[in-house]
Amino acid sequence: MSNPQQLRYSKEHEWLSAAEEGVSTVGITSHAADALGDVVYVQLPEVGDTVTAGEPCGELESTKSVSDLYAPVSGEITEVNQDVVDDPALVNSAPYEGGWLFKVRTDESAGEPELLSADEYAAFTGN
Amino acid sequence: MTDAPRRTPLDALHRSLGASMTDFAGWDMPLRYGSERDEHTAVRTRAGLFDLSHMGEITVTGPQAGELLDHALVGNLSALAVGRARYTMICEPGGGILDDLIVYRLAGERYMVVANASNAQVVLDALTERAAGFDAAVADDRENYALIAVQGPESPGILGSLTDADLDGLKYYAGLPGTVARVPALIARTGYTGEDGFELFTAPDDAEPLWRALTAAGKDAGLVPCGLSCRDTLRLEAGMPLYGHELSTALTPFDAGLGRVVKFDKTTNGGRFVGREALEAAAARAAEAPPRKLVGLVAEGRRVPRAGYAVVAADGGEVIGEVTSGAPSPTLGKPLAMAYVDPAYAAPGTPGVAVDIRGRHEPYEVVALPFYKRQR
Repeated sequence: MSNPQQLRYSKEHEWLSAAEEGVSTVGITSHAADALGDVVYVQLPEVGDTVTAGEPCGELESTKSVSDLYAPVSGEITEVNQDVVDDPALVNSAPYEGGWLFKVRTDESAGEPELLSADEYAAFTGN
Repeated sequence: MTDAPRRTPLDALHRSLGASMTDFAGWDMPLRYGSERDEHTAVRTRAGLFDLSHMGEITVTGPQAGELLDHALVGNLSALAVGRARYTMICEPGGGILDDLIVYRLAGERYMVVANASNAQVVLDALTERAAGFDAAVADDRENYALIAVQGPESPGILGSLTDADLDGLKYYAGLPGTVARVPALIARTGYTGEDGFELFTAPDDAEPLWRALTAAGKDAGLVPCGLSCRDTLRLEAGMPLYGHELSTALTPFDAGLGRVVKFDKTTNGGRFVGREALEAAAARAAEAPPRKLVGLVAEGRRVPRAGYAVVAADGGEVIGEVTSGAPSPTLGKPLAMAYVDPAYAAPGTPGVAVDIRGRHEPYEVVALPFYKRQR
């Protein structure tokens, strides 16, 4: 699966949508979902939590391993995807759609986060 | 510097099937082809095909082959009937488990010992050393065999369509030489998934034609290629130990709850075998002061215990054991673990047991192993 052009990407394999009224949606990339294998449990931050770019804010468990979920930007959590908590397989089946993880209101004062374009991310992952 | 991983005769085929590969005991092996959960379910309900060519085959031949194995291993292999197989172990002189093995008696003076890939060299070296003084030869046969397993309820029908061998007459833990899809193979009714199934030892050059024939024969029955990832969840549900997790040189068979594989009543070699004194002491110790016991743990929540995580008392957080294997169970739909726990907490239903999952104490139910048993 190719990486959607309109998204930006972290080196920790999260994707981030363009902000709408300051709020961006975050998920993990199909590259990361494939590498994890079947995701069986997700632990997400809670609405109202403040997250920091590059810091862990949750967990993704697959059959074989557990991985930290990192915040691609700093800001406040405005919404989490309850569907993916109930059915973690959405992370594998629809990483850019129904498998999104949380929405975050970007803290502008934290500065510009280091994110990659779709092409830069493809080069980074060797795809 | 590390050596490049070894590749099985089916390596190119795995890659053409889109397998995710992983390093396992120095071998580049298929981890999964698609979803490991789907592969797991296929083995439980239909059939799965595994490449196990990394396993280590060692052939022992000669008039005293049985006596040598009685001396070198903890089991009574000279008493094994031709055509049968046995689960056994090889221990250090001090009683620690060097490996768990399946031994096939192929003829009166011919046995095949199958070791775990990670221990094959250790087992080969130990058998070679222990063969001194016996009229028997130990041969490294790793290069001469590929190993393909077909496992699952549909496997007898699939294999039966490709062979004239008497599969109905082949008991569990037995093996007979035969021909499958015109390929010579040792057909063994063994496995590591908790299902009925067969393991086919064949020449490396015959592995790919055999794999393709099985794939074609199993197409309508829903057979799929399966990787090591689902093999691990299958064996965990079936409560089967894995070397490096439930078994190690730090444990004797009695500490691992597998004392029954140690046969003190052997009559060959005057009853002597490597590790006997240490194992007698271990048996006595286990009877007086029971060691930590291997139990099953079933999660109440969804967080997955992993090998090495502490088992703790829910009140107080005292460490009462350690997880040896853990995974989400596709069949039960819950995380499962095997763990060694203090005897006071080992009874099924013991309340107040938790696993420390990265700092949080998650409640777990103690259950008897195995978690899953197929309907016969």
